[in-house]
Amino acid sequence: MNARQLKQRLMLHLDPVLLAGLGGFMLVSLVLLYSASDGSWVRVLAQLGNIVVAFAAMWLVANMPLHWLMRIAVPMYVLGMILLLGVMTPLGVNSHGATRWLNIGVATIQPSELMKIAVPLMMAWYFEKNEASLKLRNYFIAAVLLVLPVGLIAKQPDLGTAILIAASGFYVLFLAGLSWRVMIGGAVAGLASAPFLWSALHDYQRHRILMLLDPSQDALGKGYHTIQGMIAVGSGGVLGKGYLNGTQTHLDFLPERTTDFIFAVWSEEFGLIGNLLLLGLYVFVIGRGFIITANASTYFTRLMAGSITLTFFTYAFVNMGMVSGILPVVGVPLPLISYGGTSMLTLMLGFGMLMSIHTHKKLVKS
Amino acid sequence: MSRFIELKNHQREIYYFRLRLVLSLGFVAVMLLILLGRFFYLQVIRHGYFHTMAESNRIYVVPIVPNRGLLLDRNGVVMAQNYSGYTLEIAPNKVADIDALIAELSQLVTITPRDIKRFKKMLTERQALETMPLRSQLSDEEVARLSAQQFRFPGVEIKARLFREYPFSDVTSHLIGYVGRINQNDIDQLTQDEIASNYLGSDYIGKTGVEQSYERELHGTTGFEQVEIDAGGRAVRVLSRTAPLSGSNVVLTLDSKLQEVAEEAFGDYRGALVALDPTNGEVLAFISKPGYDPSLFIDGIDTETWDELNNSPDTPLNNRALRGQYPPGSTIKPFMALAGLHYNTRSPSTSIRDPGYFLLPGSRHQYRDWKTGGHGGVDLFKSIVVSCDTYYYGLATEMGIENMHSYLTSFGFGKKTGLDMEGETSGLMPSTEWKAKRYNQLWFPGDTVSAGIGQGYNLVTPLQLAFATATLANDGVAFKPHLVREIRPVKGAAVPTETRQLFDLQINPEHIKLVKSAMEAVTKPGGTAAGAGYGVAYRMAGKTGTAQVIAIKQGEKYDEKKVSEYNRDHAWFIAFAPADKPRIALAVLAENGGHGSSTAAPIARKVMDYYLLGKVPQPLKKVAEKAVSEDD
Repeated sequence: MNARQLKQRLMLHLDPVLLAGLGGFMLVSLVLLYSASDGSWVRVLAQLGNIVVAFAAMWLVANMPLHWLMRIAVPMYVLGMILLLGVMTPLGVNSHGATRWLNIGVATIQPSELMKIAVPLMMAWYFEKNEASLKLRNYFIAAVLLVLPVGLIAKQPDLGTAILIAASGFYVLFLAGLSWRVMIGGAVAGLASAPFLWSALHDYQRHRILMLLDPSQDALGKGYHTIQGMIAVGSGGVLGKGYLNGTQTHLDFLPERTTDFIFAVWSEEFGLIGNLLLLGLYVFVIGRGFIITANASTYFTRLMAGSITLTFFTYAFVNMGMVSGILPVVGVPLPLISYGGTSMLTLMLGFGMLMSIHTHKKLVKS
Repeated sequence: MSRFIELKNHQREIYYFRLRLVLSLGFVAVMLLILLGRFFYLQVIRHGYFHTMAESNRIYVVPIVPNRGLLLDRNGVVMAQNYSGYTLEIAPNKVADIDALIAELSQLVTITPRDIKRFKKMLTERQALETMPLRSQLSDEEVARLSAQQFRFPGVEIKARLFREYPFSDVTSHLIGYVGRINQNDIDQLTQDEIASNYLGSDYIGKTGVEQSYERELHGTTGFEQVEIDAGGRAVRVLSRTAPLSGSNVVLTLDSKLQEVAEEAFGDYRGALVALDPTNGEVLAFISKPGYDPSLFIDGIDTETWDELNNSPDTPLNNRALRGQYPPGSTIKPFMALAGLHYNTRSPSTSIRDPGYFLLPGSRHQYRDWKTGGHGGVDLFKSIVVSCDTYYYGLATEMGIENMHSYLTSFGFGKKTGLDMEGETSGLMPSTEWKAKRYNQLWFPGDTVSAGIGQGYNLVTPLQLAFATATLANDGVAFKPHLVREIRPVKGAAVPTETRQLFDLQINPEHIKLVKSAMEAVTKPGGTAAGAGYGVAYRMAGKTGTAQVIAIKQGEKYDEKKVSEYNRDHAWFIAFAPADKPRIALAVLAENGGHGSSTAAPIARKVMDYYLLGKVPQPLKKVAEKAVSEDD
């Protein structure tokens, strides 16, 4: 096997278009982290390590044949549920008032991250299995498969992850053809029961909800983040203050600036133009995801590809909305850019699946 | 044909799927437009505003600490208050080299290594956007010196802060508790309760006693200011301000004068006293002696003082009233008597012969009465008046431990009373089930015998015994004991604590009348507490008790002079008055005080004299104790 053949073999199941988009994000992430950590290389190098690991994982998944994905769906979901329940036992690790991690002896893991992949996978698998005779009952069972892990995660509490998983599951339901009547009926019922639920809540529960909707009520806590984030974005203007020149970033005003609020750094330093470019990059990757979805060959792969693509968008939307002050601060990182290995890994596993779905179908055809 | 339909269905399915996909695409587009609109609004339309905010202003959100609420007694006497003092504070994010700064500052004011250690610890624990105190309680002279030099030290501030003060010091230390510096555990707890942001500027939090259990009410709501600061970290202009809301004043049920009288009455004895209003459960006095100086703990206690307090044989840090567990001794007898009447094990008139000891059937082990030779013929009334052990040995044996357990538990023995203070212990009311679980042993008949006179496994806290006494005094109707009478918020009306009836035992009025009259006779000539009851101007009812600290071997006699001070018996006295319409019920424990009659009962008498007559005590007249010189 010569070098060219090797390269062909390695690239066989990768999608060059998607790969280019993802590479773009990695570049943005490293450049931005250097600024966000005040010119320190520590996080940049660590993130580089995360990227290498994530790409390797993506490559592995991309090379997995589709029936493998089908086969791992159930075990992965069951394992994820067991781990999630494990978090509620004394093995769960509490930090900053939330119990999200599980101590498995050698390390602590966050089962909810696994569920980001496992839940849509499981639901897509379920629909595929019952494709021939889909009834309302099947949608109901799929919804239960979704609600169980989401409930457990929301209870930890990890609202950000719970929302993302709920969204990914809802996309599967939607793409699987959940009837409009049920969706509209559900929405109407939800709205109608809201006043009753509200009056049934305790005062402190109401207070918490109001706090989430109006962060300025908690100007010393989460509201501080939002205020500083909005100042960073707004002061960036059209052209931005220039790379490494953001005052909000470099004078220590911006909290969480390498993680959840990294978008504020980008916005401050590169302005509206930069935001347009970044949105463009997201549109590029999401667009490619839609094309892959539209051409996917089986029911399972269509649902999975659609959910991965839409969830990726949701991720980005929730984070940017949160930083720019139109959504409450729920703790969702900017996908593929924020510092952190875990969310990068889960996202790239998703993209690996997209590539597998795309390339394995082509091979079948030829 | 069927194949055709399948194909067509498949195509239809794809068609529907793509339709949904297009709809999602539309959804994505709309969301993107919303984001774009928001960016345009922030970065173009409002750019000027945010530009000013970011560039020319350095805006900080500064918490304003609310004043902590006061603690008052039932008559409005201040039990915990605030005074203002100056602290030297540093904004760590405005200082490049903290060690160098501290070194320079210590040229101007005294800064002890302990201050530095505490400050460093705080640095790692608190958010960086606030200032942190390096030294508190600066003298006027130090303030003057610092102010003159302050320009040299950007990031250094002199702040007027409020400190906590406890006028009654060790007299109320176990009741009031104290505030102390917020530590990591507190922060974790606050974070979990989602009130951490309300403590951003706060240095102190209630650690024990009422200061702890009413922390939420006392703390108040933190306000905040958006301030513009200069490069040195000093505030130049306040942009907006949300005023803090001071904590509520908390009015206790306690009578501070009564508390002082009670504390004084103990003299040199260690011990505990809890006095309740039997008609509503209000705690009138709450003593655990010795106390300690709570102010030692406010800014962190130093190691030497801590060791001294912690290792003292007098255990001043132990809240005896709330957490001390002692055998109830003979104070259990009135309750046992009620149990005997309730189960019909004894009728009021049944009389037994007391030879001075009790024998279990088929055994030669003598369970001795405290009085050698015995009391002769003893009925229920006399059994309480002279505290006859033999009567209760037999009663307990005939009644059985299960009945005893069930009846005394209903009186609250072996259970927490639910007082509004953290850390209460539950005492112990043994049962066969308990012994099997705890020791994996059978319950022996001998266990029942000693349980009958409140020895053996039985344990009560002074609070519990006071609660049971109050319940008895109130004819079996129990009210939840509580320390707080009323919460007075800064704004709005005062919120009185609701009196909560816990249970009504519905005791036969004849039974309760008999037991109460016997308890009244205890304080009269011929009773075990005749000395303490001498010349009393109201109707006082009580019962003495002795809790053994060390076991006395069969055939030996306890001799007070022979055992070391800390091994001497504990003295108990429970009492209520006026006997016909009780207004106060209490339990007194004098540790290593010997007999209830000689040490604990006089303390109770002084407390009641003050509460009922307003009489400030003078040393009680020595009375020749005629009929009864000792009990048990």
